[in-house]
This record gives sequence, structure tokens and C-alpha cells, in this order.
Amino acid sequence: MQSLLELMGTAHEQISSASNLASLDQIRVQYLGKTGLITEQLKQLGQLPAEERKAAGQEINLAKQSLANAIDLRRESLQVEALNLRLAAESVDVTLPGRRMDAGGLHPVTLTIQRMQAIFAQLGFALAEGPQVEDDFHNFTALNVPANHPARAMQDTFYLENFGTEEPLLLRTHTSSVQIRYMEAHQPPIRIIAPGRVYRCDSDMTHSPMFHQVEGLMVDKDITFADLKGILNEFFRAFFEDDAIKMRFRASFFPFTEPSAETDITCVHCHGAGCRVCKNTGWLEVMGCGMVHPNVLKHVGIDSEAYTGFAFGMGVERLAMLRYQINDLRVLFENDVRFLRQFH
Amino acid sequence: MKISEQWLREWVNPALSLDEINHKLTMAGCEVEGVEPVATAFSDVIVGQIVEIAKHPDADKLNVCKVDNGRGEILQIVCGAPNARAGLKAPLALMGAELPMPDGKPLKIKKGKLRGIESCGMLCSAAELGMAEKSEGLLELPEDAPLGTSVQDYLKLADKVVELNVTANRGDWLSIAGVAREVGVLTSTSLTPPTIPEQATQHADTLNISLPAADSCPRYAGRIIRNINPNAKTPLWMKEKLRRLGSRSLSPVVDVTNYVLLELGQPMHAFDLDKLQGGIQARYATEGEQLVLLDDQTVTLTRDTLVIADDEKAVALAGIKGGMSTAVSSTTQHIFLESAHFRAEKLRGQARRYALQTDASYRFERGVAADLPRLALERATQLIFEICGGSVGPVVDVCADEHLLERPMVSLRRERIARILGVVIEDTTVVDILQRLGCEVTANATGWAVKPPHSRFDITIEEDLVEELARVYGYDNIPAALKAMQPKLTVKLETETSLSELRAPLLANGYQEAVTYSFVDPTIEGLLSPGHESIVLANPISAELSHLRSTVWSGLLRALEYNLNRQQTRVRLFEVGPVFSKTEAGIQQQDKIAGIMTGSVFPEQWGQANRAVDFYDIKGDVEAMLAQASAQKFYFVPVAHPALHPGQSAQIATNQAVVGWVGALHPALEAKLGLGQDVFLFELDLKALQGRRLPVYQAVSKFPMIRRDLALVMDRSVLAIALDQAITQVAPPSLIHWEIFDVYTGKGIAEQQKSVAISLILQEPSRTLEDTEITRIVGELVASLQDKTGATLR
Repeated sequence: MQSLLELMGTAHEQISSASNLASLDQIRVQYLGKTGLITEQLKQLGQLPAEERKAAGQEINLAKQSLANAIDLRRESLQVEALNLRLAAESVDVTLPGRRMDAGGLHPVTLTIQRMQAIFAQLGFALAEGPQVEDDFHNFTALNVPANHPARAMQDTFYLENFGTEEPLLLRTHTSSVQIRYMEAHQPPIRIIAPGRVYRCDSDMTHSPMFHQVEGLMVDKDITFADLKGILNEFFRAFFEDDAIKMRFRASFFPFTEPSAETDITCVHCHGAGCRVCKNTGWLEVMGCGMVHPNVLKHVGIDSEAYTGFAFGMGVERLAMLRYQINDLRVLFENDVRFLRQFH
Repeated sequence: MKISEQWLREWVNPALSLDEINHKLTMAGCEVEGVEPVATAFSDVIVGQIVEIAKHPDADKLNVCKVDNGRGEILQIVCGAPNARAGLKAPLALMGAELPMPDGKPLKIKKGKLRGIESCGMLCSAAELGMAEKSEGLLELPEDAPLGTSVQDYLKLADKVVELNVTANRGDWLSIAGVAREVGVLTSTSLTPPTIPEQATQHADTLNISLPAADSCPRYAGRIIRNINPNAKTPLWMKEKLRRLGSRSLSPVVDVTNYVLLELGQPMHAFDLDKLQGGIQARYATEGEQLVLLDDQTVTLTRDTLVIADDEKAVALAGIKGGMSTAVSSTTQHIFLESAHFRAEKLRGQARRYALQTDASYRFERGVAADLPRLALERATQLIFEICGGSVGPVVDVCADEHLLERPMVSLRRERIARILGVVIEDTTVVDILQRLGCEVTANATGWAVKPPHSRFDITIEEDLVEELARVYGYDNIPAALKAMQPKLTVKLETETSLSELRAPLLANGYQEAVTYSFVDPTIEGLLSPGHESIVLANPISAELSHLRSTVWSGLLRALEYNLNRQQTRVRLFEVGPVFSKTEAGIQQQDKIAGIMTGSVFPEQWGQANRAVDFYDIKGDVEAMLAQASAQKFYFVPVAHPALHPGQSAQIATNQAVVGWVGALHPALEAKLGLGQDVFLFELDLKALQGRRLPVYQAVSKFPMIRRDLALVMDRSVLAIALDQAITQVAPPSLIHWEIFDVYTGKGIAEQQKSVAISLILQEPSRTLEDTEITRIVGELVASLQDKTGATLR
């Protein structure tokens, strides 16, 4: 039988040269298992004289402890090695693109309407809608544009081929018709915006036969022209995210407002210095607005003595083009995916 | 509307630059759209006179002229102008002069030889001075033009033309006088109009004037001028003024009427007296009456059209255009001048109806002051007499007062001004502004009673006056107010599905939002919705944009085509927008959400096997969207659609209604449209997708879930929905979920059969399921499946 010392020497050698967890475990069994060499030594203790037994027992137990420790250490180190190997084997090129569906995005017109809606929602403006095929009354007459009035020539109207209705039907030329529809159904206080498609019989580089407007309407007991200025000021500051933006009102004419104004803002490209976009004026015309004409209120049965209100109509494409620096109206309706992908 | 700075300043001359005046006009609503010089800059061009002329010896079309430069020199100049003749005064560009050229680079005049003859300068046409687009021959200067003076000074070419955008309510701005009045108001400057005296009469001849249609023509003034000089020429100063405002010189009489129209805003007409038969009447046409107009065009009139007629026939389309038969010609000696007032609202639409928009009709439709005809008549007489001489007759001015639009008395309340504008304007300022505008103002207890001037048809109510005050006071001087507003929540209901929530899954699945026109090509409409009753535009932009769409697919297919033609082969688009249909109740608009899909399922990449999209890809995208509308259960029913592949087409329905379609584009259509690859489409009613279920908590069972898989063989025609029905009919509450996880056809399965694998998940909320129970439930399910669908365990 090998001496304990020799046994220990061999065992330690074997442990340190064990190359994997399996062979290390074999070594553990070989020495420390139920029939292992160290266990055998312990079993033989009984054969020793009683006075030697204690010392020899201690010696064997120490040896057993030392082997167990060495095995644990070796195991840990083998585990680390194995993990390292696995990690190395499993490493990937993290710069390759991930597996995914490419996301789609919203049309810039929708993005713009959403931003307008969000801004006006904070000012308490609710959303309203109206039909796009309109009658003459809601698109013109109720808005104080009588038949044959030269103001009708301001907007080239698409008419539908008559199919037996008494009144000619048309495609609404502005979202102002929604004002009428809404006021017919609601009494003040009124605070709405109405986004949507509108149509005019005009098509060239700078005109699309279909485009979008956002109509705004606020009617209450004490609404003034100064309030209109205030609200629109806030809107433009928020929309262009520019506190320095300036706004001015110019007198103008819309049959459904009195007083009426064209709204200019400082050019968002040159900040008022003058450039091609603003034709060197420093100003950009962005929308029409005014105080709701008493005749309009009369048409919808609202007392213009008790209530005043303002209305505005902005061109969505115009604001989208300014916001995203789009210099060609037509690309908005081509739906080229390479264009659409630019907005998300 | 064009005005010239010089002409304007003759009427009103504030100590402001043109830019400053233009800014004031623009801010006050008379928008300046552009400013152009009346001639391009040139130098060293003087008034010269041809004293001798001889043919060029070597060139048929050239003359050799001796030209007096008025500075003691006679210059030899070779000239090809057809009107070059001895005695003619014309612009003379001296050596060293620089003339404008169309390309912007000036032409420098140097001594040179033309066909061997020396030429020391150049005689100029109007075009060569940048005063006309093109011209034939030399610009003929009057005999009294002082030799040697600068042409620029002589023709007062340091002038600008201002283009104004006059809004439809301000017909009173359509003249020099009107704009001058506005400038006067805005700058507090007095007007300096020309003196227009009543012309002395030299004979007593008149025409009898009657107004049988006084509701349309309540006033008509006219006079006879005899013995005008038919050879008289329009003076250069007048030609120049007309030219600058875009009016072509024709003959002295016509030029004068045009001049008065531009200057005062009153359209006028001159008749050849000899060609008129008897008196003048402003009457309605008889039905079918014909009239040959000045431009030789014959119009057939209706009974509501106002004409000017003599005793025999219509001689002019009132307020629009004169007639041929009574037109002033180069031999006319005796004329009858018309200066009438027509009611704007009666004349509106007439010019358009006959497709004859004229300077006159444009003004009458917007309103010309009722007090203007007499003044304009005197002005025209004054000018004709100056230019053509003649013998002036008395004015006959017939007026049906009861048909004149009464100038309203508008009440203006002090309190109302602040109420509308949000700013208090001092009383003195209010009165000052109104008076400057030409209003008669009387103070009363609450404010003022205001009578606007004749020319201001647009002022009829208090708000109109408030706008006038705001305009003149300056919109810039009204502060922007942001008052505290009653808070008003605009939050949507949790049980409403917002558009954003519907769009979100589409965006996540790679769809780009498109915006296509609501009107489309009838051809594609016909392919997609055969038999649909078309809604047609009466005045479309083009045939391709002439029908209101009945489906969003028409636009999306065009957009897809556009992209495929540009090498974009993987396309997913969706659109939210209206479609239109005819119903008994009229035209109905329905908002739809629709999509189109083609190309590979994934964008090209390294990490996964790619393939072309199929029906189940688009169906999955639709289902993801429908999941946002959880208040309803949606069914996919195999129904054919004319635009879709009959075997890959599903109607989407709720328990109440059909709400949409999904499927593959019919291969025949795909071929017709030349798309060249499989295309899938969906379209859903937006309204049907607007409800969400409010979540209600249910405790999650703590007991084990049991899974049992079934492999079933059945006829290929058995639909998944039939399996669903067979299971749900007998499913106990403990069957919490089931799913088809494999569908197989092919080897090992008979030709007309398929194998379907179904997983069953069972769980009880308060106990563990027993084996015997599970076996019983599965047995019942299998029995039901066999009974309802013929499926058997494999």
C-alpha cells in the first residue's frame, strides 16, 4: 500500500493536471469516493494500534481535507476556463443589424395635423368634422358668400354632376363649412378645430386640387380680435418651437369674417432677414383669420349681440412644407416611399 | 390692378418713399404684389430729330439719317426702322449710351460702320428702351419734344408700376383715385385731384334716354360731342400712362374712356352717333336677341341680360362690352358718350356667363359709386375736347332714385369697438378715421351714426366700421392678448379607439402612410368596383381625376405602381380617407382605413430567411389592427370580391355588418395594371373600428395548466372557423385556450385531406384537473370535431 504521503503527491499531481470537470470528478471518486483510496485508508485505521489511531486519523483527515480543497479550487478554475471557452465560442458581430421589421411612418401632412391638434388641445380646442361633399349653403351661403359674388371666384370650386338634387353639390373648398355644421348643432361656448381635406379646381407647381386645412373656431361671450392674435401667437411659437418668432396681422377680406386678417410670421428660414423663401420680405403668409361675421352667426342662430368669436383656417401643406423644408408641393401626393420614409 | 407711382403722386403725395407707401397699403389690406420700373435703366438717350434721310447705297432696308442732337451737331446714323422719316423726333442713343437688353447686359453704343457707312449713335424703338416687349419702328416723339433733352426726363421714366392685389370687397380701389383716397387716409394727406370743371356746351343736341330696367340700371348719363377731329392722335403722355397700367392705345376717344376708367374707376363707352338709331334705352334683352360685339363675336342673349339699345336693337352688353355696329371708327366725327351706373348684384355672373370678363365688368361687379357717372362724363369730355376738339352738347343724366342703392346709416357703438377688437380707441381717433374715410359721422348717446361714402358698398353693418377703424388704426397696434380660459378637457374615452391606436400596429408592421386624391381615374374605379354608380365631377382637372373614389384601393394601387416603377419593390402603404357612394339619402361619405402590401416579408437582411408576402401576412396585420377595436368580434368570411383573387379573399364582418375586405389582388387585375408581382389589400370602415373593451380584471388560476395536442385528419375544404365552432360548442370553461399549431398536406396524407394539429390548454380556477376529467373533455371535443367536420384522430 502506498504511503499517505506518496498518495497525496500523486493525487495533487493528478488534480492539477485534470483538464476538464469530468476527469476531475473521476479523480475525486478515485480518492474520496466510497471506495476511494483515502476512504480505504480511513477504513484501515481500525487495524492500527489504539494509541496510533488518533494521530493517523487526524493525518488522513487533514489529507482528505487538503485533497477536497484542491479539487474545489481546480473545479472553480476549470469552470472559469469552460465558461471562457463558451463565451469565446458564442461571441457575435454586434455591429450586424438586428433582426426586425422596419417601422413605417406617418405622412408629413398627418404629422403636421397631429402637432396642430396637440397644441390646440392644450388650449382646450376639441375636434370637429364635417362632410367633404357639401351643399352650397354650408360651403358658401351660410358663410356669407351669396351666389355670383366675386368672392366665389377666389376659390375655384369642383361641382358634382347633377343627379337630381335641388341644390348643386360640390367638394368643400375650405374647412370653414365645418364651422357652420358645428354651430348648427352646438351653442357657445365653442372651441373647436376641424382638420380635413379640401378641394379646389386648380393644379400647378404650387396648387394641388386636393389639400388639407385646419379650421379653428372659438365663440363665447367676450372673444376679441386681440384674443385671436394671442392664441395664434402661442400656436406659432409652439408649432415652430421658436419663442422668437414674430407674427403680424394684415388687413384682408374673407366674406365670413369681419374684421379679417392675413397672418404673416417671420420667415422660418432666414428669421426675417430676407431670402428666396420669403421673396425677400422677411415674412411668410401662413393663414387667414378674423372675427366671425355676424351674418354667419345669424345663419346658425347664434345671437351676435351676446356672442363674438374668431375663426381661422390654416393650410396644412403650407405649414408642413415650412416645418420640414419641403420645397415642392407635388411630392406630398406622389407617395414615393423614399420620401415618406424621411419622416420617421 | 396696376397703378403708377407718378400718377398716384399727382393725386396724393405724402412725404414718404414708395416702399413706405406700399407697406402701409399692404398692411391695410391693399396688398402690394410687385413693383416694376416702367422702363429698364438706360443712359445718354436724348430727343433727336431726323433732318435728312437717304437710302443706304448697299442695303435695301437701311436708311442713312442725318440727326440733329439739339446740341449743335448733326449726326450720321444708319437706321433700319420703317417709320424713319425726315422731321421725325425719336429717342437718340448717343455714343457711349448704354441700352437695356433682354439678357440683362446693357448694349453699349459705339461708333461703327453698317454696310460700309459710318453710324454715330442709334435711333431707338420703345422695346430698345425697355418700355415694351417688342415694337415696330422708332418710338415717335411729339413735335414739341424739346431737342437734346434726356428722354428719361422727357418721358418721366423714373416711375414705378405697383401691382396691387385688390380683394373682392374693395371695388373702390380699382382706380388711381381709389388708391389715392386710401393712401390719403392712411397717411393723413389731402388729395390733389385734377380740376374737372363742367364743360361748356356748344350745341343743344341730346339723345332721349330711358331706363325701362331701372332695377339694374338706375342711372344713365350721356352727351353728344360733335365734329371731333378724326385724325387727332392720342398724346404721348396719355399713351404712356395707359401703357404703364397695361392698357393699349387704340384711338383718342377709346383711349380717353380707358383713361377715365383707370383714373376714376368709372367704365364708360363711346358710340358712333351716326350709327345709333333714335334714343338710348337700358333694357333687358329679348330671349334669343343677338348682338355682335366689338371683337366681332356674336352673343345670343337671354331675358335677364341687360343691354344698352337704340330704338332698333341692342348696341352694347351693358357694363361688359360695346357692340360692333355702333363702334367708334377712324372716321367717326360725332360721338355719344355713355357713363352709367349698374347695380353690382344684378350684373354679377353675367360676364362669366358669356365668358367675357372685361375691365368694365370687373369693376361693375364689385360696385362703382353711383355718384361717379356725371364726374366721369365731364372728365372724359374735358380730355376728348383737349385732344380732338369738337362741339360739346349738354349732359342728359337720367336717374331712377328709387332704384339706387341707398347709402346705409350704420350705427357704431363705442362699447362694441372694444368688445370686438379688444382695444379701446379714443373717440377723437374714431371720428378722425371715419371722416378721413369719407364717412358722414354724427355723434349720439352710445357712439355714432355713420354714413359711408358712395364708393364703399362693403360698409353696411357695425362690424364693417369696426374693421375700418382697426385697419386704419393699424392691426399692428392691436395687442395680442392671452386671457385665462375656462379649462376644457379634450381627453378621449378609454373605450374609444383613436386613429393613432389603429395606425400604431400598421406603423410597427412597416406601413408608410400615403395621401392620395379623393378623385380618381374612372378606368381603375371600374376595375375595382364594377357596377358602382359613379359620382362624377362636373369640372374635373382631367379625366384621370374625374370620379369620386368608391375605394381607397384606386389611389393606393396608383401609388404602388409609382413606387414599383422606381425600383421600390417592397412596398407597404396605408391611407386613411374618405370614399363616396350614392344612396337614397344622397351622397354618402365613409372614412376608410386601407392598406396595400407587396414584395418580401422582411426588408432585405442577413439574419432570416426571406420570402414574398402572402395572404396570412396581410391578414395578420389586419388582425393586429382589429385587436385595437376589442369591443367587437370580427370574422373573416370567404366571400369573393371582384377586385380580389377568388380563393384569397375574405369579407371582414362583425355580428352586425360587413366592415371590410382583405385579400390578394385578382391576378387578372394585376396583369391589367402591369404590376408584375403579387399584391395584397385590405380596407375597413373606420367607424366600425372605434370601440375598445374596458379591461376587467380576472384572477389568474394558481393551479397547473394541462396541454393536450390533437392531430386530426380531415377534408381539405374544412375551414378553421368550422373547427372553432365545433370546439366552442362543447368546450367546458376549463378549456381556456386552443390553437392550431400545424397544418400539413402531402406525404402520408391522402390527396384531398389535410392534417391539422391543435393544442388544447385546460385549467381550472380553483383546483387541479383530474386525468379522468381531462380524458373525458378531450374525448368530447374530438367527438364534436368528428361530428361537425368529419375530422378524425390521426
